[in-house]
Amino acid sequence: MKFGVVVFPGSNCDHDAFYAIGNVLHKPVEFIWHQSQDLGNCDAIILPGGFAYGDYLRTGAIARFSPVMKSVEKFANGGGMVLGICNGFQILCEAGLLPGAMMRNSGLRYICRHVYIRVEQSDTPFTNAAPPGQILKVPIAHNDGNYTCDEATLAELEKNRQIVFRYTTPDGSDDSAGNPNGSMQNIAGICNRERNVVGLMPHPERAVESALDSADGLVIFKSMIEALAGAAKATA
Amino acid sequence: MATASVEIKVTPEMASEHGVTREEYARIQQILGRDPNITELGIFSVMWSEHCSYKSSKVHLKRLPTRGKLVVQGPGENAGVVDIGDGLVAAFKIESHNHPSYVEPFQGATTGVGGILRDIFTMGARPIAVLDSLRFGEISPGRGTTEEDAAKNRRILDGVIRGVGHYGNCFGVPTIGGEVAFEPCYSQNPLVNALALGIARKEEIFLAKAKGIGNPVIYVGAKTGRDGIHGASLLASAEFTEESKQKRPNVQVGDPFMEKLLLEACMEAMQTGAVVAIQDMGAAGLTCSTMEMASRGGTGIEIDLANVPQRETGMTPYEIMLSESQERMLLVAEKGREPEVLGVFKKWGLDAVVVGTVTEGGIAKVLHHGKVAAEIPAHPLAEEGPVYRRPLAQPPVRNETPADWFPFAPHATNLTANFKKLLASPAIASKRWITEQYDTSVRTNTLAGPGASDAAVVRIKDPQTGIVKRALALSTDGNGRWCQLNPRVGAMHAVAEAARNVAASGARPIAATNCLNFGSPEKPEVMWQFSEAIDGLSVACTELGTPITGGNVSFYNETLGKSIYPTPVIGVLGILDDANRVLKIAFRNAGDRILLLDGSQPAAPLPDDQRSKLAREFSSSEYSKTIGHIVAGEPPTINLADEKRLIDCLIALAGEGTLQSAHDISDGGVAVTIAESCFAYAGATLAAPSVGAIVNFDDSSAPAEHALFDERGARCVVSVSPRSLAAVLATARQYKVSAREIGKVHLAPALRIEYKGHAVIDSPLDALRDVWANSLERNLKVRV
Repeated sequence: MKFGVVVFPGSNCDHDAFYAIGNVLHKPVEFIWHQSQDLGNCDAIILPGGFAYGDYLRTGAIARFSPVMKSVEKFANGGGMVLGICNGFQILCEAGLLPGAMMRNSGLRYICRHVYIRVEQSDTPFTNAAPPGQILKVPIAHNDGNYTCDEATLAELEKNRQIVFRYTTPDGSDDSAGNPNGSMQNIAGICNRERNVVGLMPHPERAVESALDSADGLVIFKSMIEALAGAAKATA
Repeated sequence: MATASVEIKVTPEMASEHGVTREEYARIQQILGRDPNITELGIFSVMWSEHCSYKSSKVHLKRLPTRGKLVVQGPGENAGVVDIGDGLVAAFKIESHNHPSYVEPFQGATTGVGGILRDIFTMGARPIAVLDSLRFGEISPGRGTTEEDAAKNRRILDGVIRGVGHYGNCFGVPTIGGEVAFEPCYSQNPLVNALALGIARKEEIFLAKAKGIGNPVIYVGAKTGRDGIHGASLLASAEFTEESKQKRPNVQVGDPFMEKLLLEACMEAMQTGAVVAIQDMGAAGLTCSTMEMASRGGTGIEIDLANVPQRETGMTPYEIMLSESQERMLLVAEKGREPEVLGVFKKWGLDAVVVGTVTEGGIAKVLHHGKVAAEIPAHPLAEEGPVYRRPLAQPPVRNETPADWFPFAPHATNLTANFKKLLASPAIASKRWITEQYDTSVRTNTLAGPGASDAAVVRIKDPQTGIVKRALALSTDGNGRWCQLNPRVGAMHAVAEAARNVAASGARPIAATNCLNFGSPEKPEVMWQFSEAIDGLSVACTELGTPITGGNVSFYNETLGKSIYPTPVIGVLGILDDANRVLKIAFRNAGDRILLLDGSQPAAPLPDDQRSKLAREFSSSEYSKTIGHIVAGEPPTINLADEKRLIDCLIALAGEGTLQSAHDISDGGVAVTIAESCFAYAGATLAAPSVGAIVNFDDSSAPAEHALFDERGARCVVSVSPRSLAAVLATARQYKVSAREIGKVHLAPALRIEYKGHAVIDSPLDALRDVWANSLERNLKVRV
């Protein structure tokens, strides 16, 4: 089992994802350079947060054309697990691996704070270790996290149960009150129809130790590890 | 083409337009043995500017303590460096970017942050935290501030906050602390001071000393443009080439993505072992970096400007040498290993070009297409610039009478309404709206972000293994109002407060950095303030064991002849040997005892004639300013031995793990301290607070307002579980710190403070919390 963390020149959460997998969960992990098309036989790919190529244009708009994304696309289409966090989520939308797009936060300001998200779907390889409805405390740190899509796409997302995480309040009672960026339907994260690609705006890799104020993000990486172990067993 | 500048005849008038005095011009002629050409004049003028040469401050800065057991590198390099154990060092420094932030708040602030980050990674240290210390004019009208001024100040604040955030957020460094204060004097001259902290292995620290005759000099990073050229007005006056006619704003433009590339590429290039020296191009760009590298290394340097990557065409040597385009570095590599270094920069998509070589003999020679554009002995230029012992004059003593001081309310007055006003004042109100615009958690090291602890705390992951053992704490402080009233005492308070904050997070203060913001050095009163402040810093840093390892001086902070308050800002760095023992300000459990720790020796009950002394010192407090609209008197008396006792006691208590919370007493006094410890219980979330406190004082002869809102130092409020109480009291005794039990943490969400048997503050916590948490947004009139 091996994780790969893609490094765009402006990635700045690459080290955090690497640390969460390697140092906290003690699983093999390596960096993959953006100009490489070789994913090094990794079993799961993480597109980390940051500002891939500066994002002076639209977030992720240039990153989708990078050499590594060609391989990530192929990997995802072949059923490989891909997790996009923050900028990674934005890139997945731009690359068409996930539907929809990001707008500027509704308050038109960058926001960094802990938010609460509800696990809406437990039957993805990214959430299978979480009981349905579990509420996670994880930080956000973004300028453009206001998820949007057209009505038909939203209907599809609902129908196929692709909305994986929604913002909510700590007790889960009021989703829109917990929504920091104005995203449609309080969406914090979605998956593709095949459920092997997930993108979310909050940073689970920053919530992996109680010293960091929350270890709730671990459940996402543990789910991935379980899914990979299960897959390995199935092929053995 | 474009060498026209060499042929321009320099006149003394041109020198004076460059800010070069008659005497300085004579000295230039003496050093060169001839008249300078225009490029040389430009080079001298920036190198000998106040900003680069410290010509007015040098004689005073010598009095600062700069040595210590843990100091690896003191002032004079890009940043100070201290030993933090296990083979690691911390590089840190604070710098100002005040004027640019007034002219263009967003870009001024971004480039301020960018500059200080470059200073840190130039040393080979990866930046892990930024703090910013900001001062603005009043953001609400009234008391001499018009709505127009207030609106302008709000705009400046907004631009600065966005700029600080934009740069750090994109670069990938958490902005985790600092302070924001408001006084009318900063209305025409805001202060933007940014501090950066980085970590490196001790043997991998890089210095900016050119070494090895024949080694190549390599330019890396962004292309050079016409932005930020000092003296561009002279150039734009038609005698030069057609191309140089365009006027550009003097503020540089920051590109954090470029800086991130530069960081990664520099760190990787340093790992090759082929880099001999490195220096960032900050103020005075290519001029400063070439001249200082050569001067420090005792070598010469020769560069050809034709090789410098340029953003625009037709730039003259003058423009290229003086451009302050951002995100550029100059490095010296080992001869023959250029391909290794250039390869790294190519990988990161950056320009990297050999522009010259290190030479023998100490001459800095600047060529343009092979033709000499400037030829200057580097050492005299960099080190033998003018030094001024400017006249000092103490301003006339203020003749104040008790009528000028704060009139205390009668005994048993209910102070709840005043307390709410105080909590709503921009100085005291929560800065959450600001700090949420900064990425505070990237790099997953933040153990205490803004408002969680008295200091910002980041853990140290070993760069190779990722293993965490220690943490570093940082606090910046500086009370301009106090320094205006008494610069020496005010400066001492700045050090004491920063050190106390660091200790209240559980860390031992080990070193300091300073940013000295003052008015014009040509005014004897300002120089007197400066000299007094240096003396205050000097004694406080010595007493508290925090040598100054670097920083900067920012003079000429004045507009229309009016100076800002003298504002020395001090950043103190501390070490926590156990990263698990961070102290935070939040009360944690109902039933915990609230103790007031006080390092000062118990005072005898005050005779009536001493009560005017109380009023005099109280008149400099935030409460006096906000409630009484009085700013007068003196800062609180300071006793550094008291401060030291409290600091040592806090460190010991943190190590014993017997405290539930710690929060020092500063702006707004003990009442604000206790309220903030209640508010912090629910953390940064919007959830309702669920603890309150009942507090009771009765053993002081002072008026209630003084007891509650006095800002005297050497004090801290801690909470302790009942079973640890005896241990805490014993430790306090051992350190000769008085520990008075003043109340209890309660489940009921209310705050009640009784003084001599009367409830002087009594309010549901929600009502207090609302004004404290939301007043800043309301005053800024932003959409929440």
